[in-house]
Amino acid sequence: MNYRTLLFIPGNNPGMLQSSDILGADGIIIDLEDAVALTEKDAARILVREYLLTFKPEGNYFIRINPLDSPYFYDDLEAIKDLDITGLVLPKASVESMAALEDYLDKNDLDFEVIALIENAMGLETALDIVRASKRIVGLFLGAEDLTLDLGAKRTKESKEIEYARSKIIAAAKAAGIQALDTPFTDTDDLEGLKIDTRNAKDLGMTGKTVISPRHVDIINQVFTPTQKEIDYALRVVEGVKGAKEKGLGAFSLEGKMIDAPIIKRALNVLKTSGDYKEEYDELLE
Amino acid sequence: MNYLSSTDLRTVKVLEQAEFPSKVNARNKVVEDTAKLIKELGIKDNAVLSFHHHLRNGDYVLNTIMKEVQRQGIKGITLVASSLFPIHAEMIPLLEDGTIENIVTSYISGDLGRAISYGKLKGKIIMQSHGGRARSILNGEIEIDVAFIASPSADAHGNISGVNGHNTCGTLGYAIADSLKAKKVVAVTDALVEYPNYPADITEDYVDYVLVIDCIGRKEGIVSGTTRVTRDPVGLKIAKDTLKVMEATGLLKEGFSYQSGAGGISLAVTAFLKEYMIENNIKGSFASGGITGHLTQMLEEGLFSALFDVQCFDLESIESLKRNPNHIRMSASQYGNPEVSAVVDKLDFVILGATEIDVNFNVNVTSGADGVLMGGSGGHQDTAAGSKVSIIVSKLFSSRIPVIKDRVDVITTPGTTVDVLVTERGICVNPLRTDLIEAFKEAKLEIVDIKELKEYSESIMGKAKPIEKTDRIIGLSQYRDGSIIDYIYEVKR
Repeated sequence: MNYRTLLFIPGNNPGMLQSSDILGADGIIIDLEDAVALTEKDAARILVREYLLTFKPEGNYFIRINPLDSPYFYDDLEAIKDLDITGLVLPKASVESMAALEDYLDKNDLDFEVIALIENAMGLETALDIVRASKRIVGLFLGAEDLTLDLGAKRTKESKEIEYARSKIIAAAKAAGIQALDTPFTDTDDLEGLKIDTRNAKDLGMTGKTVISPRHVDIINQVFTPTQKEIDYALRVVEGVKGAKEKGLGAFSLEGKMIDAPIIKRALNVLKTSGDYKEEYDELLE
Repeated sequence: MNYLSSTDLRTVKVLEQAEFPSKVNARNKVVEDTAKLIKELGIKDNAVLSFHHHLRNGDYVLNTIMKEVQRQGIKGITLVASSLFPIHAEMIPLLEDGTIENIVTSYISGDLGRAISYGKLKGKIIMQSHGGRARSILNGEIEIDVAFIASPSADAHGNISGVNGHNTCGTLGYAIADSLKAKKVVAVTDALVEYPNYPADITEDYVDYVLVIDCIGRKEGIVSGTTRVTRDPVGLKIAKDTLKVMEATGLLKEGFSYQSGAGGISLAVTAFLKEYMIENNIKGSFASGGITGHLTQMLEEGLFSALFDVQCFDLESIESLKRNPNHIRMSASQYGNPEVSAVVDKLDFVILGATEIDVNFNVNVTSGADGVLMGGSGGHQDTAAGSKVSIIVSKLFSSRIPVIKDRVDVITTPGTTVDVLVTERGICVNPLRTDLIEAFKEAKLEIVDIKELKEYSESIMGKAKPIEKTDRIIGLSQYRDGSIIDYIYEVKR
């Protein structure tokens, strides 16, 4: 599953939890960390459990647990280990914290997907090692607010200060064949700014974006959704590959352009994102 | 005298020189003493007095006049007020002492509605639609003795304008029928302006008195500064899905017509509609109803050819009414009177709210979850009946109470005229609209059976306890054509 949007929902807000599954996001991150005050940690865990067990929402649900260096890391894991969720978001990800998480998941025989939230300089510089520390990891997620704080950089809407971080995350994610998830856009009212920011992230190579305002979901989904023209081209590439395979050809040309493995891979990614991917396409790259 | 029927013209009397008419001396209509005017009008017990609600929750006129009626010991009044707001709670003692015996209105909110629901009105309350009210006044079903017309401005001869003066409210659409048919018409104003007062919503030929008082209303209660689109993600989701519904009907094309309320979700539908029209290069014919700045902007941008305005909701719409000739005043009769050609009959879409809706698509906007009167049809019945597609937008739960019921508390709008329900968890289509079901299937728009959605909501929140009522019928929910579609019962304390 390629998550174009992962929407944060505070773990201590019953109204938002109840509506979380209808807001159009590809995935939901229920937050037990920053959105929940220290005095509310227990209550939020109980609420999130009750919500998921009672409503059994459909869709991809992640839970952002508290970091390893907090007193809540294992309490969170204990509270959610039996829940039917897609995965976990590990904040302040480091090689050490990822190893601790993997160890816990192994011991409890849990097959949750894991998304690593990279939000400090050390995490950024060791991103690939963090990925390697997990067999469950499906994405790297850039947390630009905390990262710029750690870097001593001024956070701006233009986001020049995070271009390096974005590229670094993208490279590490692509090297490992997992998703590169961009930092949320924090101005909830600036929808034009959101469009620009999302396009910039996508153009650099981000495959999706995290979201803090439900009003942002549609715009981001739209930016990350291939156009009909792109989908049609991808389908023509796939048909071409099928035809070439039948004829025993290694490479072929389509509309005057040589089609090779990277182009096929790109076409398949387009179809995965658009929802037009079929299982039979798995063998096209073999 | 019909001289055409005279067979012998010699029998017709011709005036003598001494009997010839003198020059006209315009009668002085201006009065400054409310008590004296009430006496002069000869208002007696059981009189029928009417008021409009363009000053909404800022209205001082109804309270001022009715308290004077009370002071003069007049009893048994039938109050024909186009709507009643929390500010009219001052009328509760007048229910108790019998000054007011019956009420005919299209909307009631606040403590006055509560008092009536708990049985304080000695007579009856008749809840009408806006179009139904105009019909009943114009066809003589309701005979008004005196219409007191709150007037943001009037000249000494009774030309009334809603856009001049300091307490402006815009159009006076709800007061037109009253001014045409009441035996006596009184303009009540706090801005006596030079003659002629233009543009006049009601002209001098229909006005008998101009009563000048200190203040007709509280500005901040009359219009909102701005009306806001909801920011609530659930409301926005409903609004987005509503646009999909509109698109799937096939009617959202060049020349379509549209009406929505001024509630947050309805305004969001209008906002999404605007984007859609720009993107798809569609121009609508007209938008109607209560008008907000959102619609006047669309008029300015050429997205609609005209606005039919029965009531201005905000300052922006009043300004637009003043300067844009395509922003057109309409009376409640032109708006929704079922006995004449009415604007609602030309509507393609109307977006409406609901306090409750039942499995037969009957809608209640008259009473709240506690059974107490807290609303009324307004234009709900009229637009639902007239439009090609009436769409109810509502969250599935309101304060943890499911909105879909087996049977609504009070039927305001019959389900036979309600076509679609859009909630955050599903779109329901009235089974009577097989054409829409077919169109939505074609457009791959998923729909859900309203009974299934009701069961889902009850599985989450449970079923609300029934509202406890006494056996006493305190009023009637009247359909726009005059027939009765439901009883209104007294609520048990």
